[in-house]
Amino acid sequence: MPDRKLSSALRYSLQVLVTLCLIAFGTVAMSAESAAHAPRSGIDYASDDIRAMQADDFSNPGMLWVSRGEMLWNKPGGVGGKSCATCHQQALQTMRGVATRYPRMDKLVGRLVNLEGRINTCREQHQAVPALTYESEDLLALTAYVAYQSRGLPMAIMIDDANRTRFESGRQTYIRRQGQMNLACNHCHDRNAGRRLLAEVISEGHSNAYPAYRLEWQGLGSLHRRVRACYFGVRAERPDFGSDELLDLELYLARRATGLPVETPGVRR
Amino acid sequence: MRTAVNARRTGLLIACILAGCAAPQPLVSYAVVGDAVPNALVAGPADPLRGRAIIAGRDANCLLCHSVPESGQQFMGNIGPSLSGVGRRLSAAQLRLRIIDAAVVNPETVMPPYYRTNDLRNVSEQYAGKPILDAQQIEDVVAYLGTLRQ
Repeated sequence: MPDRKLSSALRYSLQVLVTLCLIAFGTVAMSAESAAHAPRSGIDYASDDIRAMQADDFSNPGMLWVSRGEMLWNKPGGVGGKSCATCHQQALQTMRGVATRYPRMDKLVGRLVNLEGRINTCREQHQAVPALTYESEDLLALTAYVAYQSRGLPMAIMIDDANRTRFESGRQTYIRRQGQMNLACNHCHDRNAGRRLLAEVISEGHSNAYPAYRLEWQGLGSLHRRVRACYFGVRAERPDFGSDELLDLELYLARRATGLPVETPGVRR
Repeated sequence: MRTAVNARRTGLLIACILAGCAAPQPLVSYAVVGDAVPNALVAGPADPLRGRAIIAGRDANCLLCHSVPESGQQFMGNIGPSLSGVGRRLSAAQLRLRIIDAAVVNPETVMPPYYRTNDLRNVSEQYAGKPILDAQQIEDVVAYLGTLRQ
């Protein structure tokens, strides 16, 4: 009897040990691939007033776009008067978690698409209405409304054979020096996050709050708009909205933000 | 002072128009000796006061990354080291190389090359083929930083 007790205690200790080893291994494997530490959302680097503004739906200006997006979601259009809701019903249920998995390869069109691209594919193929222009208020509103349904859920991009080439291309863009300033994304957002550029604290450059309301814009903007601002800052030629270069970078950033909660609509300076 | 600068700029502009201004001006060549560029890029005098204005101005944007307590500016970054006392720590020749192309001293540097136009990628059309500062501005900044001895 005491023997059995001992062996069960031993087995238990062994299980604990193995579990701990697995956790440790997993952590090492993750950190080797992405950052050397857990990612920190841009909101952690923001001032108290911006944090308060984002946290309260009544003061978060991005909620205006979310409301508009809800209206558009239910608005019939095109052939047969179909709305988004005709196929997808209640976004609250059907869109929950979707934003945590974008951008992704779209099997139908065989391309890497982000939420904006997915919405436009739907419009053209299922509603037979024209695609919305990138950065138009309507596309921002619909994108924000869809992403908002994942608010609080962790970013969860998987890299597989279908998207690995695009992910790698995004990573290369992230670490490639460019522009007259000769800087790559990682120079600020990996090596100098937390330090100040003039009066502004540099964040890790995560994508989990977009589309986001920026005080500087006095409006909601896409991740591509934000990234293009960095290109402008280093005095580099800016890729087009929705271009492969920005989509690949978006995929890399989404993967890099793994585990961070979706904050859309985020508020940033 | 300002009038003199403006007159010089206007002169340059006229010269530019007359010459057709087809190609960007070639850079003044310089020799790197050790971790320094001993010879000035221009023959004429350098002006530390002009240099002081340049480091806070939008062409150079030095204060985005460096603090220069003497500059009197309210907001300054802390990506790079503080420049107070830099004129004591480094010679004019050493300062010159670090401003011209800090990557020569440290290939991993995040400091932009202020007087280099080669081996850059995807530079926007507006700035393609142009250095961030011209030779005179480099010398003015070197002269100003040399005065920071405290």
